[in-house]
Amino acid sequence: MRLSHLLPFVAVTALSLSPSAQAATTITWWHAMEGVLGEKVNAIADEFNASQDDYVVKPVYKGSYSDNLTATIAAFRAGQAPAITQVFEVGTATMMSAKGAIYPVYQLMQDTDTPFDPDAFLPAVKSYYTSSDGHMLSMPFNSSTPVLYYNQDAFAKAGIETPPKTWAELGKDAHKLVESGAAECGLTTAWPSWTQLENFSAVNDLPFATQANGFNGTDARLVFDQQPATVAHIQDLAEWQKSHAFEYGGRADNGTKRFQSGRCAMLTTSSASRAGIQEAAKGKFGFGIAPLPYDAKAVSQPRNSIIGGASLWVMRGQSDKVYQGVAEFMNFLSSPAVQADWASFTGYVPITTAAYQRLKDDGFYAKTPGASVAIDQLTRGTPDDNSRGLRLGNMPQIRNIIAEQLEKAFNGSETAAQALTDAAERGNQELEQFERSVSN
Amino acid sequence: MTTFERHSLTPWLLLAPQLVVVAIFFFWPAAESLRQAFYVQDAFGLGERFVGLANFQHVLASPGYWHAFGVTALFSLLVAAGAMGLALLLAVLADRVLHGARLYRVLLTWPYAVAPAVAGLLWLFMFDPVLGVLTHALAAIGVHWDAQLDPGQALALVVIASIWQQMSYNFVFFLAGLQMIPASLLEAAAIDGAGPFRRFFGITLPLLSPTAFFLLVMNSVYVLFETFATIDSTTLGGPGGATRTLVYKLYEDGFVGRDLGGSSAQSVLLMILVGVLTFIQFRYLERRVAY
Amino acid sequence: MRYRRPGLDGLTHLLLIIGAVIFGLPLWLALTASTHSAGDLQSGIAPLWFGDQGLANYWQLLSQPMPGLGVSALRLLGNSLVMALGIALGKIAISLLAAYAIVFFRFPCRTLCFWLIFVTLMLPVEVRIVPTYGVVARFGLIDTYAGMILPLIASATATFLLRQCFLSLPSELFEAARLDGAGPLRFLKDFVLPLSRTNLAALFVIMFIYGWNQYLWPLLAANSPDHATAVISLKNLVQSTDTLPPWQLATAMTVLTVLPPVVVIVAMQRFFVRGLTDAEK
Repeated sequence: MRLSHLLPFVAVTALSLSPSAQAATTITWWHAMEGVLGEKVNAIADEFNASQDDYVVKPVYKGSYSDNLTATIAAFRAGQAPAITQVFEVGTATMMSAKGAIYPVYQLMQDTDTPFDPDAFLPAVKSYYTSSDGHMLSMPFNSSTPVLYYNQDAFAKAGIETPPKTWAELGKDAHKLVESGAAECGLTTAWPSWTQLENFSAVNDLPFATQANGFNGTDARLVFDQQPATVAHIQDLAEWQKSHAFEYGGRADNGTKRFQSGRCAMLTTSSASRAGIQEAAKGKFGFGIAPLPYDAKAVSQPRNSIIGGASLWVMRGQSDKVYQGVAEFMNFLSSPAVQADWASFTGYVPITTAAYQRLKDDGFYAKTPGASVAIDQLTRGTPDDNSRGLRLGNMPQIRNIIAEQLEKAFNGSETAAQALTDAAERGNQELEQFERSVSN
Repeated sequence: MTTFERHSLTPWLLLAPQLVVVAIFFFWPAAESLRQAFYVQDAFGLGERFVGLANFQHVLASPGYWHAFGVTALFSLLVAAGAMGLALLLAVLADRVLHGARLYRVLLTWPYAVAPAVAGLLWLFMFDPVLGVLTHALAAIGVHWDAQLDPGQALALVVIASIWQQMSYNFVFFLAGLQMIPASLLEAAAIDGAGPFRRFFGITLPLLSPTAFFLLVMNSVYVLFETFATIDSTTLGGPGGATRTLVYKLYEDGFVGRDLGGSSAQSVLLMILVGVLTFIQFRYLERRVAY
Repeated sequence: MRYRRPGLDGLTHLLLIIGAVIFGLPLWLALTASTHSAGDLQSGIAPLWFGDQGLANYWQLLSQPMPGLGVSALRLLGNSLVMALGIALGKIAISLLAAYAIVFFRFPCRTLCFWLIFVTLMLPVEVRIVPTYGVVARFGLIDTYAGMILPLIASATATFLLRQCFLSLPSELFEAARLDGAGPLRFLKDFVLPLSRTNLAALFVIMFIYGWNQYLWPLLAANSPDHATAVISLKNLVQSTDTLPPWQLATAMTVLTVLPPVVVIVAMQRFFVRGLTDAEK
């Protein structure tokens, strides 16, 4: 008899011997957290699995956010969607419009009688994932916001004492850094659209799109090109590019490398990059974290910045038993202990007020300089129409278009005004296409 | 060729595996592509609407599509010119040597075995802004290399990687073509007093022209499809769309943009383009058979 | 005998050597970089000569899970091997049978079958990628070896080449077989296959490389690390988020990824050239 014939018997015996394996329902969780973050995700799932015997959460790394969304959609079309999937913040509108595909979290919690309080989340986080009629549709998980990282050694060499607060100050500092030879380049950025347009608009209280940045309807259209302050900001960066006071570092988080290697003395990127930057800077240079600069000509008091990162969506097509488990897992995930641990480990912000409080009480912010910058920046003021976030369909493509047009402005082939007008026009075509596709 | 008679079932059994695979994994998706080109659908497939030729109108009216078309044409031209020129030069040289010909052939053909994606990464490493050998060499002569921002440099990066990869393919064909040219022909010309250059341009090159034409088509097909991997591992179509080819755009619109109708319409247009290329190639093959 | 000027011979060799060096440079740099530490590669220029971290880097790659993917390089190379062999052998097997049927049998719709298969030459998988994904997902084959392999063998290149090859066999062969009383299967096994060995080997080389180097399809069809291929993993290593790319590992993995197909090409150079130029006919 061949071994393969024996396997079913072995499996059956093993199952009947271990009661927990027999009863456990598997919950699949597709995510896009790679490397150390992915290992942390596995650890969280393990912890949950060890805490009870009814469910086994199985996290599966599916590549980048975009890869994961693609895989989720394709799997749903083929009737094989995972129970939980992680979708980046700009995919929110896509998910919200797919009413037959998603199981809204507030409803899931209601149906399964699981305690759930949307007000436990930070306002800037909650508002991003709440529908216009006030229901939270997905579960926030990893949220971050852009901050300014600066190379303390280079700043000292150039004789600059404090990090810049406004963009005008940053411009002066960047030139000083390059001219004094303290750094080859002043500023670089990761996620160009997110840091230089989306958050620039929010912090300086300028509209990015109509309809409260899309929160009030799918007929929203881009208007960032009509804000003189926004256009002037991009024009400044394009000017600085010529003297290396600014260096465009590429899309996504490519620009981070120019800061990590010591080439650029300042970087605007996600607060969640802190661990990675710390690792790379170790033994090479000291760095500090400061709030994202604002434009003093546009606003006297900077508003809150908006979040990036991702939330967890529950997909339709699973059994009630699975949904019961999903609800329990969600409840576990948003508990202060798990959230505080996740935030302190990664550099993402704690998404609930309780987790934030817990970290404060533990003295985490006192021990970790710069870690509080992101949360302070997110919680200053009350989110308004311009700083609640973005809810625009086809936003991943719009980001690509914006990046493409910014590249044209930065390489001097177009003026900032021209580049942004084109970006808005092309982006609006995407919005129209989205509006058509969901109004079937 | 004579054939087996009286076996009516056997040929079908033999053909079955291929026909089944082709039906399921080729004709079904191709038909689906054709159908979706006439519909607008949301990403999750929850609803769809027949729109006639509207998807085609959108694609053909969008400047982005024609830009990608131009990039593809320029890309093809540069790769074909570069890879064929180099290959011809090296093949002529390799054809001349008596000793070590086999070694040279190995040393010049191995890049064919390198995946286009890996070819892209190898050159990306050489042009890395921080540690790239070529970045520093260029800086030494006053050229600031920044392929993330400069459209020309980005295109140059993928073109160079593609030429590097595609040269070996062309080399094999040119060398085979050269070795098929009868020595007596060149001998006779030499006796008539023709120098090496006149012999090359008067005899060798015309005789190689069918090979060259074939390679031109093959290089275009290579740029159309295979360079997707080179682009995706290096420039991601940027900056400013400078390296976005037709297939890259199709992928972006379909998989990143989830515009199924639009990307299917592009598939159909590409099908037509490839059909034309295949037809040209077929006509050429027919002519060659007639020799 | 060719007409040559002795003075040119030296120049010829020189130019060929320069060509070979330039073509070898990218891989050489990857090879040397893979023997340095991460620290060495984070500052300064990529080294032109070997360092002393080679063993450590390759050992880390082969023994430990790859950063970001969580599976070891051995697993990735194994996946690539399964995919390359699956595509090469699968394609040859189904094409061999189909070409044999088309050449040696007469049956209704023979021409139609031939054209049905021929049309597949016109549409590489890149073009029909979106619906192909849908079809494969419908069969539940996403993230399986079968799903990674099947759509790529649905093409007629091999059928075409083998048809050419069979047509060029002398027709006396068929008569001899008939005198021998050989049926279709024995004729295939004892007469056709032995005579097509070179062509089959050539086809194998080309298809193996084609399979090993696939990019877009495995990227979509195998998007969990368990089935990821070596080529795909490289993109993950280099385009890693939040950290500098671990160039020492990326270059070492590049060397490991490039090695198998290069060895195949070099060891089977004769078949490789034959395989390529056959495709033209």
